Amino acid sequence: MAGGKRGLEHMGITLEVNGRKHEVAAEPETPLLYVLRNDLKLKGARFGCGLGQCGACTVIVDGRAVPSCDLPLSAAAGKRITTIEGLAADGKLHPLQQAFIAEQAAQCGYCVSGIIMSAAALLGSNPDPTEEEIRAALKGNLCRCGTHHRILRAIRRAAGEMRKGT
Amino acid sequence: MTDRQSAARRLPGSLDTNRRLDRWLRINRDGTVTAFPGKVEIGQGILTALAQIVAEELDVALERVRLAPTDTSYSPDEGVTSGSRSIQEGGVALRHAAAEARELLLARAAAKLGVSLEQLSVADGVITARGGASVTYWELADESLLAREASADAAPKPPSQRSLVGTAVPRRDIPAKVTGAPSYVQDLELPGMLHGRVLRPPSYGARLAGLDEPELRALPGVVAVVRDGSFVGVVAEREEQAVRALARARRIARWEESETLPATTDPRFLLGEQTEDEVISRKGDPAAAPAAKRLEAEYTRPYIAHASLAPSCAVAIFEAGRYTVWTHSQGVFPLRRDLAHVLGVEEERVAVIHAEGAGCYGHNGADDVALDAALLARAVAGRPVRVQWMREDEFMWEPYGPAMVVRMSGALDAQGNIVAWTHDLWSNGHSTRPSGRGGGVAGTLAARHLERPFTPQATGNPPLPGGGSHRNAIPLYEFPNQRVTNHLVKRTPLRVSALRSLGGNANVFAIESFMDELAHAAGADPVEFRLRHLRDPRARAVIETVARQAGWRAGEKGDGVRGRGIGFARYKNLACYVAVIVEVEAGNEITVRRAWAAIDAGMAVNPDGLKNQTEGGIIQTVSWTLKEAVRYDRTRILTRSWDDYPILAFPEAPEVEVTVIDRPEEPPLGAGEGAQGPTAAAIANAIHNALGVRLRDMPFTREKVVAALAG
Repeated sequence: MAGGKRGLEHMGITLEVNGRKHEVAAEPETPLLYVLRNDLKLKGARFGCGLGQCGACTVIVDGRAVPSCDLPLSAAAGKRITTIEGLAADGKLHPLQQAFIAEQAAQCGYCVSGIIMSAAALLGSNPDPTEEEIRAALKGNLCRCGTHHRILRAIRRAAGEMRKGT
Repeated sequence: MTDRQSAARRLPGSLDTNRRLDRWLRINRDGTVTAFPGKVEIGQGILTALAQIVAEELDVALERVRLAPTDTSYSPDEGVTSGSRSIQEGGVALRHAAAEARELLLARAAAKLGVSLEQLSVADGVITARGGASVTYWELADESLLAREASADAAPKPPSQRSLVGTAVPRRDIPAKVTGAPSYVQDLELPGMLHGRVLRPPSYGARLAGLDEPELRALPGVVAVVRDGSFVGVVAEREEQAVRALARARRIARWEESETLPATTDPRFLLGEQTEDEVISRKGDPAAAPAAKRLEAEYTRPYIAHASLAPSCAVAIFEAGRYTVWTHSQGVFPLRRDLAHVLGVEEERVAVIHAEGAGCYGHNGADDVALDAALLARAVAGRPVRVQWMREDEFMWEPYGPAMVVRMSGALDAQGNIVAWTHDLWSNGHSTRPSGRGGGVAGTLAARHLERPFTPQATGNPPLPGGGSHRNAIPLYEFPNQRVTNHLVKRTPLRVSALRSLGGNANVFAIESFMDELAHAAGADPVEFRLRHLRDPRARAVIETVARQAGWRAGEKGDGVRGRGIGFARYKNLACYVAVIVEVEAGNEITVRRAWAAIDAGMAVNPDGLKNQTEGGIIQTVSWTLKEAVRYDRTRILTRSWDDYPILAFPEAPEVEVTVIDRPEEPPLGAGEGAQGPTAAAIANAIHNALGVRLRDMPFTREKVVAALAG
């Protein structure tokens, strides 16, 4: 126990989250999710399974949607991480967030932030996805309330708005 | 405890058991209104609907209405948020309380302005006399205003005067949820908060035989290790440290296990169990036409997991002999009594505060983890402890929706009308929610693992007409001869409790599948055949509406790949009416491509909320029906992760179209669970329509379809 009882001998990993750099005092194998939620107080990514199976914890790392529950801190260091809290820009909600409100695309909403992040990564690389591409992009996101078709409608709506806007 | 006075007359909804107006409402001097619901948000949008009701009856803008979290220290005790009763009980109570508050405010205004009541009008809390003088609610209100028993003499608004109720007001919680703002008990963070995890036994029958506690205590960040019998918990400074300590504990704990589970996952093992039998409906008409053709069929449903997306979570603090617990329980008052009993303290020393969780769809691990958190908090007095279950804790230990077997028999006369009908169902009771009645019984999980264990809450059924395992077992159709028998299985090898719609899912699945089988035998169109046996005009209306909406053609046949089927029920035989048509496609697997539904829930407080609940109910039931079954061997539950328990995913999700039949003059009817039965049957009927094979055992996996086609 050279590092003391708290076991934080590996201090000072630098993370870039939502455009800001943070020094994090946690073991390098700590799942990114716990650091986001407990150290950075960003509660939007949520614990669902810890196994990368449900997508509730999805964040964007260097442009790709990934589950943060099984991504070690060491693998996230030096990369650009975006969480749902970093999606709004210039005080305006992201078109996906607006579309989810417009379509009332949530029941309990626990899956929603992960789904919006998966969709944001998709629209970032493919502004005009087909229905199949949208559904495939959400393959790793589970919704238990059965809000799927509202969510799909919201994503189609956001894609349309974003294409109009550019 | 309730406020019920002597033998007072019955008041509407939950007002009857919580009779003081200030239990429900407070008019604040800052221009807001606080409502105190005893029903809780579980993703069904109830808080938005309740706010609509309060704003409507008080004549204030919706934005002025605040909803206080349900808290045992001040909220009305409305029991459990279940059974689609929140609008009927809590909504109705708030509706009458708000209407009465408005009258009291008007009386005060009349006195203050020196005018008669008839001269007053209200707009957004401003009361104006005909002469122009005005006064606001916020000026008139004080603590004495609502410090009285409700009379329920103030009539709520008639439909013609409503402007908020009946409209699709956007949900108030969605903006926070799409921006990632803290919204759930899982997101709660208190100063100095620690993180706990519980080492659950590997199986129901397991007993802890050995554990090197000092080894756990020496792990990084570990603050406490709690061991009490077979209950083991770890508390650490950081969440990942608690998770790592749990992983180590799993490796080093030694358990003695035993075989306690059924030899088969086929629900028919229930037929060999001891039962208490009760005939719950019997009708006989000797003048009925003689039977020309008889049919029999047996339908089954496996154990189904609630499988909430969020493993259950609670935060607790133990300080100066008192516990405060934040929980997503559906019943904070019964939970409080259960906790006090297990913790061995007076009820007054436990405060239970509701904070939202993810959708639960019934009784999951919410109450259990509240006890876990309290037990761990006791070991680190003064510091809050947050406990979230791991995924496998939830899958292995949540109480499942019970497995069921339903045997049907029926007879047609020479004209193809049903002249005899029997329905026999085998199931456990459908609720083991904590009752908090004490006596060494507890509904919370850890209580059974303690050194001095508590007896698990026995299974029970809510009484008819709503019912539990026998929910919806009595058909709404008119048959001259009928017998419905509930074979209540007492032994509960698997932990079970309330899952959305209780027995309504399997009973309606059986009834509505069998109606199709009889229609087929009679050479009749399934829509026409149902209408022929149904008198209730509202029941007929949902069937006719959905048939029109889906463009149903009498006698339509599937093409060997695609096919459509219908299902119908009135939930609990007293709540909403729902009819569903689905279109399936048989490829490698069965897929539901589209679904149409019509729902009549009486007065629709928020039509979009009704749609959302019905769409969700349909899609969730598609998942149950096509994919879901809890797996186990003789010793252990084998369902531990989403790999072991696949649910419907985005690539396979159907398009859904719901029509709301609004009846503003009618009382509101519970609407959260009405799709669960009809959808399951509609899928079975659509598969038969498409492929000509009848599937009677859920879930309809590829193997079942292949076997049916081969058979």
